[in-house]
Amino acid sequence: MKLAIREKTDKAARLIFRMTGLMVIAILAGIFLMLLWNTVAFFLKVRAFDFITGSQWDPSGNPANYGMLPLLMSTTLVTFGAMGIAIPLGIGTASFLSDYAGKKLKSVLKPAIEMLASVPSVAIGFLGIVVLGPGIAGITGQSNGLNALNGAVLLAIMSLPTIITVTQDALEGVPNTYKEASYSVGANRWQTLIQVTIPAAAPGILAAVMLGVGRAIGETMTVLMATGNTSAFPKGFFHSVRTMTATIAIEMGEVPYQTTHYYALFAVAAVLFLMTLLVNIVGEHFVNKYRKYQAS
Amino acid sequence: MNKKITAIIEWGTLLVSTGLVCFFLIAILWDLISKGAPSLSWQFISTSPTNGMTKGGILPAIIGTILLTLITALVAAPFGICCAIYLNEYAVDNWLTRIIRASIRNLAGVPSIIYGLFGLALFVQGLQMGTSLLAAGLTLGLLSLPYIIITTEEALRRIPNRMREAALAVGATKFESIRDVVLPSAIPGMLTGLVLTLSRAAGETAPILFTGVAFYINKPAGYLNQEFMALPYHLYMLSTQHQAIEQVRPLAYGTALVLIIVVFLLNLSAFYIRYQHSKHE
Amino acid sequence: MNEEQIKLAATAANLWFGRKQVLKNVSVAFPKNKITALIGPSGCGKSTLLRCFNRMHDLSNDVTIEGKFLLEGEDLYKGSLSATEVRRRIGMVFQQANPFPKSIYENINYGLKINDIPKEERQEIIEHALKESYIWDEVKDDLQKPATRLSGGQQQRLCIARAVALRPEVILMDEPCSALDPISTSKIEELILKLKKDYTIVIVTHNMQQAQRVADQTVFMYLGEIIEAGDTSQIFDEPGMELTKNYVQGHFG
Repeated sequence: MKLAIREKTDKAARLIFRMTGLMVIAILAGIFLMLLWNTVAFFLKVRAFDFITGSQWDPSGNPANYGMLPLLMSTTLVTFGAMGIAIPLGIGTASFLSDYAGKKLKSVLKPAIEMLASVPSVAIGFLGIVVLGPGIAGITGQSNGLNALNGAVLLAIMSLPTIITVTQDALEGVPNTYKEASYSVGANRWQTLIQVTIPAAAPGILAAVMLGVGRAIGETMTVLMATGNTSAFPKGFFHSVRTMTATIAIEMGEVPYQTTHYYALFAVAAVLFLMTLLVNIVGEHFVNKYRKYQAS
Repeated sequence: MNKKITAIIEWGTLLVSTGLVCFFLIAILWDLISKGAPSLSWQFISTSPTNGMTKGGILPAIIGTILLTLITALVAAPFGICCAIYLNEYAVDNWLTRIIRASIRNLAGVPSIIYGLFGLALFVQGLQMGTSLLAAGLTLGLLSLPYIIITTEEALRRIPNRMREAALAVGATKFESIRDVVLPSAIPGMLTGLVLTLSRAAGETAPILFTGVAFYINKPAGYLNQEFMALPYHLYMLSTQHQAIEQVRPLAYGTALVLIIVVFLLNLSAFYIRYQHSKHE
Repeated sequence: MNEEQIKLAATAANLWFGRKQVLKNVSVAFPKNKITALIGPSGCGKSTLLRCFNRMHDLSNDVTIEGKFLLEGEDLYKGSLSATEVRRRIGMVFQQANPFPKSIYENINYGLKINDIPKEERQEIIEHALKESYIWDEVKDDLQKPATRLSGGQQQRLCIARAVALRPEVILMDEPCSALDPISTSKIEELILKLKKDYTIVIVTHNMQQAQRVADQTVFMYLGEIIEAGDTSQIFDEPGMELTKNYVQGHFG
């Protein structure tokens, strides 16, 4: 009698656990469909071609312009800038941690990096306004220093912990025999690092970079606070820009629901979604490659 | 001689990168602490803002952030733990499982602002919750879900199979073996992951922008169907949208410091749990 | 052997892990209230065979099982018996002692609790099981101590107590002494011999002296097949097959 109940409970639990697994797929599908639905609603009003190739974003103009190129370029500019700073620093730090730092130093640096990772993006954006902005302004002679460079530096700081941690794992995953082989032919530590360890860990490092890129593209608050938010076509690192995420954050709060402008913001989000999806898929490709290499 | 110089340069490159990364952290902490500390007082954390936000404290924002984080935990933890149990204890390696795993990885990569839009479309409008504490909590819950699943599964994976076998061998059903043996042993690991995830959620701003957060409310916080104040949004508004930005800068610094203290405290408790656990093993 | 004496049996059993066949047409019978040892070189399938009887392979996905496994003539895989019921009637002691991370008392109480044994009876059963497993004197004052703090040998005896507390009909032992020192081993062997009057015991071992010391019957397996089965003295002193002789004399293994 009792056993029958217990086995029913067992079956029911199994079913519930399984349902939660399926719900996860449903959430991702829900996000995708929500974006698709609203984007289609947008394209019924504005031609997709104009949206993608238009160089002016001016939803409140007359006539309104929904060209997302400036936003896309802003996001690209800031992301490239951030990676230009974060990739060398990240690989350098990870190499230091995996090949040079002693156990004691590591046990201090690891938590420090985790601490850096946990600083909320809004706090970093705030420092962009009050510290980095005036600093940049002092060098360039601009009034506030809220520009693409500011955003790039902040995004670099935010993506560094991810890049360092994943790169370090990749470097430490390189079999010791490789390094020993290199030492045995007379290479020193630096030559071994540059010519053997880093190339061997390349797929893992690329996965780390992709994770960093994904983080930078999708980050909202820091760029919203630090880049000045001019929706004109970006002219360079010392000019104010407005990324896709910042545009959504600024304008969604003000638009009436179910207007063309409202749908336009979902269309921007859809492009953002596809970009991060692509970055993640590329990253995953490298992770798999790295795993295969590790297994062999 | 020449060799020595190149060695120093090579070594120096790595040292400088590491030094810069440390410098970033120290600069952030130093600036926030040195300029935020003067604003901190009992009055700052125990009263509401006054005089058009130029005076007073941030109590409603602290309460709002705590409640929001609690709702996030209540939404994401049971769901995420069940899903992790499914993946680690039940799922066989087939196409369905691979799709679930791919979905989780992709959810973890979806930008937080898109979660905000999803929350707006689903909870605020679709389910008619309006901009509210509940809608924002549910949105943050969804955002936290993939991290909770990933960390919980990791904790479950560390429980050796012989523990499961021990329970089954005395006649426990699979569910009983999970409930009575696997989960209790995995709790420290799960808790660490949960708290770390919540510390991240507590600092999020983008997902709550359109789902319920407000700059100022003159009602007591805590109603699920009402808008609320939160520390990260408060900091954002004080530092960018206030009409007397220079005047409220000390308040902004104080808010920033309280926010990172909240986040670091959560992090510290996660490390403490991890440390306690590793000591027992 | 005549029919009533057979407690546990397998007929024409085949088992695959994925595509790899691990058991090949195995037929074997274990007599009631006797100790049967399964011996053979590692990888010969003896542990795999053992785990078929309490359906431990149900846990892994990649396993295909064919043939019949019978407990007193009742099919363990078909019909009304659930895996849970099978495992209650056929207890198991594992190679590595695996007490629950709970107190000594709770370790035994857990099985009783989930199997719905009334609370008032449990105290006595627990005491009896601990006495039966020769560990009572060592732990009686400290029943609330975490089981993980016991020594390896004590943990293994606790695991045996946990199994016998449920009054199973059969106890399967998968190399129960392989991780233990000689003193603990001899204690457990003594215990196994004692248990035989109440239980049917199947023990997997790689230690041929142990098989000779405790087993009434011995089954020799090689590469997934049963090569020879019979009285322990016969298998060791006058093996019928050349292969058995080479193994028991230590020429390979």
